[in-house]
Amino acid sequence: MSLLLLIPLLPLIGFAINGLAYPKLSKSIAGIVGTIPPLVAFVISLQLFLNFDGQTQIIQLADWIKVADLSIPFAFQIDALSIMMLLVITGVGTLIHLYSMGYMAHDAGFGKFFSFLNLFIFFMLILVLGANFTVLFIGWEGVGLCSYLLIGFWNQKNSYGDAARKAFIMNRIGDLGFLLGIFLLIQEFGTTDYQTIFSTIKDGTEVGNIGLIAFCLFIGAMGKSAQIPLFTWLPDAMAGPTPVSALIHAATMVTAGIYMVIRANALFELSPEVLHFVGWIGLATALLGAAIGLFQNDIKKVLAYSTVSQLGYMFMGLGASAYTASFFHVMTHAFFKALLFLGAGSVIHAMSDEQDIRKMGGLKSKMPITYITFLLGTIAISGIPPFAGFFSKDEILAALYHHDFAMWCLAILGSALTSFYMFRVFILTFWGDFRGTEKQAHHLHESPWSMTFPLIILAVFSVGGGLINLPHFAGGNEFLAHWLAPILPEPHVAGEVSFFSLEMGAPLLAAFLPAMLAIYYFGIQKAVPGNDESIQGIQKIIYRKFYIDELYDILFVRPIQVLSNFFAQVIDFLVIDLIVEGVGKTVKTASDEIRRAQTGNVGYYIFMMVVSIALILVLTLRSRIL
Amino acid sequence: MSLLFILFFPLVIGAILLVAKPKQAFIISLAASIIELVATILVLKDAAATENGLVFTKPWIEEAGISFSLWVDGVNGILIGLCALMVPFIVATTANSDKANNTQYQGLMLAMQTALMGAFLAKDAFLFYFFFEASLLPIYFLAAIYGGENKNVITFKFFVYTLFGSLFLLIGLIYVYLATPGSHSSDIETLYQTATMLPEHIQGNLFLAFFIAFAIKMPIFPFHTWQPDTYTVAPTQATMLLSGIMLKMGTYGLIRLVLPMFPLGIITWGNTAIILSVIGIIYGSIIAIQQKDAKRLLAYSSFAHVGLMSAGILSQSVEGIQGALYQMLSHGINIVGLFFIIEIIERRTKSREIAQLGGITQFSYVLTVAFVILSLGSVALPLTNGFIGEFLLLKSVFDHDMIIGIVAGITIILGAVYTLRLIQKTMFGNFSRITKDFEDLSAAEKWVLIPLCALVIIGGVHPTWILNFTEPGVQALVSILK
Repeated sequence: MSLLLLIPLLPLIGFAINGLAYPKLSKSIAGIVGTIPPLVAFVISLQLFLNFDGQTQIIQLADWIKVADLSIPFAFQIDALSIMMLLVITGVGTLIHLYSMGYMAHDAGFGKFFSFLNLFIFFMLILVLGANFTVLFIGWEGVGLCSYLLIGFWNQKNSYGDAARKAFIMNRIGDLGFLLGIFLLIQEFGTTDYQTIFSTIKDGTEVGNIGLIAFCLFIGAMGKSAQIPLFTWLPDAMAGPTPVSALIHAATMVTAGIYMVIRANALFELSPEVLHFVGWIGLATALLGAAIGLFQNDIKKVLAYSTVSQLGYMFMGLGASAYTASFFHVMTHAFFKALLFLGAGSVIHAMSDEQDIRKMGGLKSKMPITYITFLLGTIAISGIPPFAGFFSKDEILAALYHHDFAMWCLAILGSALTSFYMFRVFILTFWGDFRGTEKQAHHLHESPWSMTFPLIILAVFSVGGGLINLPHFAGGNEFLAHWLAPILPEPHVAGEVSFFSLEMGAPLLAAFLPAMLAIYYFGIQKAVPGNDESIQGIQKIIYRKFYIDELYDILFVRPIQVLSNFFAQVIDFLVIDLIVEGVGKTVKTASDEIRRAQTGNVGYYIFMMVVSIALILVLTLRSRIL
Repeated sequence: MSLLFILFFPLVIGAILLVAKPKQAFIISLAASIIELVATILVLKDAAATENGLVFTKPWIEEAGISFSLWVDGVNGILIGLCALMVPFIVATTANSDKANNTQYQGLMLAMQTALMGAFLAKDAFLFYFFFEASLLPIYFLAAIYGGENKNVITFKFFVYTLFGSLFLLIGLIYVYLATPGSHSSDIETLYQTATMLPEHIQGNLFLAFFIAFAIKMPIFPFHTWQPDTYTVAPTQATMLLSGIMLKMGTYGLIRLVLPMFPLGIITWGNTAIILSVIGIIYGSIIAIQQKDAKRLLAYSSFAHVGLMSAGILSQSVEGIQGALYQMLSHGINIVGLFFIIEIIERRTKSREIAQLGGITQFSYVLTVAFVILSLGSVALPLTNGFIGEFLLLKSVFDHDMIIGIVAGITIILGAVYTLRLIQKTMFGNFSRITKDFEDLSAAEKWVLIPLCALVIIGGVHPTWILNFTEPGVQALVSILK
C-alpha cells in the first residue's frame, strides 16, 4: 500500500523539484529528475498488475470535504480498470518523457516543461486512482490545467495563448456538466463513492434521476474527450510542443472521458437513452473528424482530427455497451497515436519546425527509423490486420453490427476515410521528392536515440498490441475481456464470425481500398495538394473545418462581448445608476424643501406648533373613537 | 479580556500612529498587526476548546438593555481569523512604497481593523450596528485622501450609498428591539427569539430592510454601482480592506442576523434574494470579461463571487453556510493577493491598462506563478481553497433549486474566461513599451505573495481543519431555523 502511494507521489515530487529549481537546475539533471518518477511509477504499476488477485482494494487516505452528512474522503481504488490505466499512463508517459529529453533539448524552458509534464502525470494518476467521483474530478480538472499550461507553453506567441485558453474554457463547459452530475449523485446517493453507488444500483434499489446523472457526466466527457460540440479545442491544442500532443492530446487525457463512462457503466447501463446519445455523438464526431482530416495539410492537424475521430469510435463502442472493445481501443490508440505524434515530432524536429506536408516528401531515406515506425503506426490506425488497431476497431465494429446496422455502415465509411487520410499524410511526408527549402534539406537528419527509442517501443506495441485482447477466431483468449469482466456488465454474446462474412469483409475492404487509392494517387501519380487559395467549393468548406469556429464565434463569443459592454455601459451606467442618483437627488430636493421650513420667524414656529398639536389631538381622538 | 484586547489593540496603536507620528510607522504597524494575529489565534484556540465559544459582557446602557458584549463562536471565528490574518499582509504590501512610513495611512488601516473586528465580535445588535457604521470612517478617509482620479465624487457616493443602506438596518433593528419583552434587550440571541415570533408580513418587511442594507454592503445586484468605481479609485490597501474583509460584514450579517431572525421573511423573500444574487454572479462575470482596467476587472470578479456566497447562505443549508464561511476566507486571501499583483504591476509600469501590458513572465517568473496560483484559487480549481467553498455553495444552491443552481454554475466557465484573459494579456505574449524594463519581485513582495499562494493550496487540500471549527456553530444556527 505504501508502495502504491508512491505512484502519484513521485511525479508530484518531480514536479516540485523541477518547478522550484527552475531555471537553476541544469538540463541534463532536470530531464533525469523528470523522467525517473514515471519510470518508477511504471515499475510499481507493473508489480501491481502482476500481483493483482482480482480483489478491489480501497485505500482511505484522509478526510477532504466533510460537512454535515456529506463526507468526501481522499481515497484511492485499485481494481482491474485502474491498474490497466496506470500501466498506460506511466508506460507511455515514461517513453514520452524520454523522448522530450531529446525533443526539448534546445528549449530554454526545459526544466519548466518537465515539471509540467510531471504535474500532468500526477493529476492523470489521481483521475484514475480516485475511489469517488469527486477525487476523479480533482484529476479531471487538474489535467485540464496542465493541458492549458502545456498548450500555452510557448506563451510568447499570442495565438498559442489563445489556444490554451480555448482548451481550458471548453473543458470547463464540460466540467460544469460533470459537477452538476456530482451534485445529483450526492442528492440521490448521499455520496460520490463508486462502491456505494454501484452496489446500491446492483441491489436494485430504486434511484431517481439516473438518466440525468449519466447525461451530466457525459457532458463532462464531451469536453475532455473532444466530442461534438466541444471538440474544436483539440485541433488548436496542437500549438503545444509535440510530446504534449502525444501524451495529453492523444494517449491519455482525452481518453479520460471513455475511462469515466466505463467506470460509471452501471449508471449508463440503466439509461439506454443516454447510451444511445453517446453512440450517436461518437459516430457524428468520428465522421466529422475523419472528413476534416482528409484535407488538412498540417501534419499535426491531421493527427489531431484523427484523434477526434478515433475518440468518436470509442464512444460509439460505449454506446453499444461494448466497454471492453472501447477500452481495448483506448489502449491500442494510445500506442499507435502516441507513435504517430512522436514520429511527426521527429519529422518536425528534422524539418526545422516545418509542419506543412506539402513542403515535405522523400524523408524516408534521411530518417529510416522514423519512416518505418510511422509506417507501422499508419498501418495500425488504418485497421489493417494483424496490427493492433485492426483488432480493437474491429471489436467496436462487431458490436455495432449487432447493435445498430445503420451506425455500423457509417462507421465503416469513417474507417475508410481514416485509412485514406493516414496513407495520404504518410506518403506526402516520406515518399516522393523533397519539396522543402535548400536549407531544410541540408539540415535533415534522423533524430537522436532518446527520440527514436520510444518510437521503436511504441511501434512494437502498435504491431503486437492486439495480443492484449486477441479474439478467439484469431487464436487468442481475450485476455482484456476476462481481466475487466468483474467491473463490467455481462457481455452480449455475439455469434462466431468468419473472415468471409460481410461483418468481417467490409472493415477489411474499408482499410485496404482507400490505402491503395492513396498510394496510387499520392504515391504513383505524385499528386500534391495545392496551396490554400486553390482550394474551392465543398473541399474548401471541409478544409476550413466547416466554419465551426467561426460559427461559435458568432453564436457565443461576440454576443457575450456585446452583452458585456451593454451591461457595463447601458444597464449599469444609464439605468441603475440613474435610479440610484435619482433617489439621491430626490432626497436632496426634499431636504431643500424642508429646510425652507426653518425660516427663523418665531411667529411662524408658534403657528406650526399649534397646528401640530391640533393635528395630534384630532388623530388621538379618532383612534379612541374607532 | 482577551476579546477586548483583540478588539482595541489595533485602534490603540493606530491612534498612537496618528497622534505621535513616529518615524518607523511601517514597522510599528506591521508588528502590531502580527501581534494582533497571534492574539487572535490564541483566542480562537480557546474558543475551539469550549463548547459554546467565548463571551464577554459589560453593561453599557443598562436601563435600555444595551450591553457591551462580544463573543466568539464557529460562525464569527472564521471572520475574526480572516481579519487578523489579512491585515498583516495588507500592511506588508505597503513595504518600500510611499505609504510605508505614512503615519496617517498606517493609523487609518489599524483603526479600520478595530472597526471590522468590532462588527464581527459584537454580540449586541446595536454594538454591531455601531461598528458596521464606524468602519465607514477610516475607509472613507483612506479612499478620499489617497484615492485616484475623481476620488471625491466616487468616495462620496460610496459613503452616502452605504450610509443610506444602513439606515434600513437601524430602523429594522430598532423595530425588533422595541418588540423585545420587558425593559428590552438588544442582545443578538434575545433578538432571535423575539424576531422569530413576529408575524409573517412583518418578518417579510424586516427581511427586506436588513437585506437591502447588507446587499449594498456586499454588494448584490442591483445595489452594486458604487462598488467598481470605489474599488478602482481607492488606494490598493483600501481596496483590499474593502473586498478582502469589509464586504464580508454583509455576508456575515446575513448569516448572523437575517437567517436566524426572519425565517418567515425568508419564505416570502428568500427566493427573490437568491435570484438577485445569482443574477449578480452572471452579470458581474460577463461585465468583467470586457474590462480594460485590471483593477476594475477584479472589482467585478469580487462582485460575482460575493453573489454566490449570498445565494448559498440564503439556501439556509449547512453546506451553504459552511461553504460561504469557507469562501469568505478563501476569497479574502485570493482577492488581496490578486489586487497586490495589480499594484505591483502598476508600481513598475504606471499602468493598469490590460491592453498596454504583456510579456511580464519573461521578467518575473515568480510573479507569474503567484498570479496563476491565486487565479486558480479564484476560478475554484480543485485542490485550491476556492474549490471547497464554491463546491459547497453551488451544491447548496443546486439543492435549493436546480435551474438557479445551473445558472449559478455558469460562473465556473465565465470566471475562467475573464481570469485567463487577464493572465494572458498581462503576463504572456510579447512585452510592451512599458513592460520591457519590468523589475523582478523584491524580497518584501515575495514575502507577501508566496505565503498567500501557500494558503491557497493548503486551504484546498486540508479544509477539514476549518470546516470542523465552524461546524458546531453552523449546526446550532441551522437548528434555530428548523
